[in-house]
Amino acid sequence: MTDRGPFAPAAGSPSASVRSGPSGSSRTRPPSNARARRRPTSFEAIDGWLAAASAVSAIALCWLVFSLFTDGIGWLGFWLVAYFAFVTIYFIVTYERLGSLAAVDRLVTVAVWSAMIVVLIPLLWIVLYVIDKGVPGLSWGFFIHTQKGVTPEMSGRAGGAWHAIVGTVEQVGVALLISLPLGTMTAVFLSESRSRLRRVVRIFVDAMSGMPSIVSGLFIYATLIIPLAKDSKFFGFDGFMASLALSVTMMPTICRTVEVVLRLVPHGLREAGLALGSSRARVVWSVVLPTASAGVATAAVLGIAREAGETAPLLFTAFGYNYLNANPFSTPQESLPLFIWRFVREPLASSIERGFAGALVLLLLILVLFAVARFVGRDRTKSRPRPLILRLIRPEPSGSRLLAARTVGAPSEVGDLDDREAPS
Amino acid sequence: MTQVFAPPASEAVTNHRDPPGDGSDPATRRAVPRYVGASPVGAVSLESRDACAWFGERLVLEGVTLAMPAGEVTALIGPSGCGKSTFLRLLNRMHELVPGSAMDGQVLLDGQDIYGPGVRAQEVRTRIGMVFQKPNPFPAMSVRDNVLAGLKLAGIKCHDKDALVEQSLQRASLWREVRDRLDKPGGELSGGQQQRLCIARSLAVSPNVLLMDEPCSALDPTSTRRIEESIDELRQEITIVIVTHNMQQAQRVSDSCAFFLADENEPGYVVEHGPTTKMFDSPEDPRTFDYVNGRFG
Repeated sequence: MTDRGPFAPAAGSPSASVRSGPSGSSRTRPPSNARARRRPTSFEAIDGWLAAASAVSAIALCWLVFSLFTDGIGWLGFWLVAYFAFVTIYFIVTYERLGSLAAVDRLVTVAVWSAMIVVLIPLLWIVLYVIDKGVPGLSWGFFIHTQKGVTPEMSGRAGGAWHAIVGTVEQVGVALLISLPLGTMTAVFLSESRSRLRRVVRIFVDAMSGMPSIVSGLFIYATLIIPLAKDSKFFGFDGFMASLALSVTMMPTICRTVEVVLRLVPHGLREAGLALGSSRARVVWSVVLPTASAGVATAAVLGIAREAGETAPLLFTAFGYNYLNANPFSTPQESLPLFIWRFVREPLASSIERGFAGALVLLLLILVLFAVARFVGRDRTKSRPRPLILRLIRPEPSGSRLLAARTVGAPSEVGDLDDREAPS
Repeated sequence: MTQVFAPPASEAVTNHRDPPGDGSDPATRRAVPRYVGASPVGAVSLESRDACAWFGERLVLEGVTLAMPAGEVTALIGPSGCGKSTFLRLLNRMHELVPGSAMDGQVLLDGQDIYGPGVRAQEVRTRIGMVFQKPNPFPAMSVRDNVLAGLKLAGIKCHDKDALVEQSLQRASLWREVRDRLDKPGGELSGGQQQRLCIARSLAVSPNVLLMDEPCSALDPTSTRRIEESIDELRQEITIVIVTHNMQQAQRVSDSCAFFLADENEPGYVVEHGPTTKMFDSPEDPRTFDYVNGRFG
């Protein structure tokens, strides 16, 4: 791929001159473009062309067989047969060109990519469907107006979902405030303590996470709203009750994710903390949790993503309301899932359009909340972003970075290398 | 209580390749961080009397009586699985953190039993620091915060943190390499630098004793040499107990030596202990002679 430079193969033997210099500053290195770089397992342009050609020939073959010679086997059968024909042809072609090892490698690559595409199809379908149906009902007004004064005869673009957005953000936000500390503390208990109660607690957490979400709404309705609503507005239908119902399902989600992340923190770090004279609680707070901070943020994101779309727990807690109610502690409140649920059920085209616009806004809102949670939970001491798992498994910069430093030849990085590798 | 930290007396230039006037400037080395709430500073003797250790029902160490004099380097040698590391972890009460572990006997720090009633394990560990086999800097902290982690974790206050960071890194011979990247994450250093960062972190709380559990076994020869130089500089100011599988290293760094041995499925014990020169040149026990000469283990 890369052209070999004029002097790279033979002239000057650059590898000898690299080690001859007394210190980093006077070392001479060949310019980075003078070397032909190759990766033994790389997927090159010709592989792409071969794959495309194999795909075309597979489809042509299937068309020949099913459309000309037989009466066809339906579109699903056609594509399935075409897919296997493609895999077979591609395998044979690669086998001819590069041998069995590369052919098996390409076969597995195709299998992995196909699996990814199969998984992506429903996801993209849902998102595109919602966008397709929701965009017509969407306007700027949708984000700033409520359903105040909107009558069934008006078009789908009339009014908006501002009240529902406010409700969802408040309900999910309060639920997160409740369940993130509780879930994290439970996870710390499960992963850091040696109590015998851990088994019991873990069974409870598992049971809670398997509980149908409508039951959590019913639970709040039966234990708080029915007996207490007549005495106090606080315990009536309102956003806070919805937050409590959401917390019941959010807490186990967060707890289980955080527990998994805490288990990934190397045991040596805890020992190091203890050996410095720290208490175990202090080690958890100052060493274990900061190390796992990105994972805790992920847990929060997962919790948000799940709860922002929950409708069932809100049915008899937040109850729904067509106007703005920014106070989550009194009187019913709207939220986006409830908004969607109520409008999409109606037989009017304008209402259905409004409902799909709400669904699109809900998707966007979750996206924004994702971004915020990731930003808040980012690792501030890290100079370049690396995945948490990588950082835990291999604290040292990976070989690829060293390679990059070497080929790019940035002065500071080269200095690093000398420190690390100079044998004398 | 407030102690004045005694700076290291020696001014050994550790790296001849560095340009002169660089780093080991006496003015900066004389910086005097003051601690509040820390233990008394200086080397202190450590002694075990009839120490035994169990993991569950299995006795892994039996009747170890060993004196580690103040300000000296004691090396623990012996084949794998003979209880050296367990013995080391007995010395700062890390052993008891293992579920199902138990111990017997006494460990005297300056004549006082660290397993006595009313002695807090955390205070013991502040006075007796530990460096582990695998470098384990805190990945979520910067180099500077890693050095200061002990203060934060043990609740010790220090008036001049910058001076303490510099001094600790100096004593671990890491200052020159990291002084420009104190705010970079500790995990970005190389393996040898990480291990020296861990040594600096242990030194920052001014322990009386430093336990090292095969500190160089995961490192290359250059890093090993740097760490041995650090040990050499720390001699006198701090009592060091080091576990090593490397006979040459034991010979180079230690003043006295203890040879551990365990028969198959039997608890480990000390075969022989004494000054390093005697242990290597004229050991009394034939098994010691065989081991230090590489005949087994």
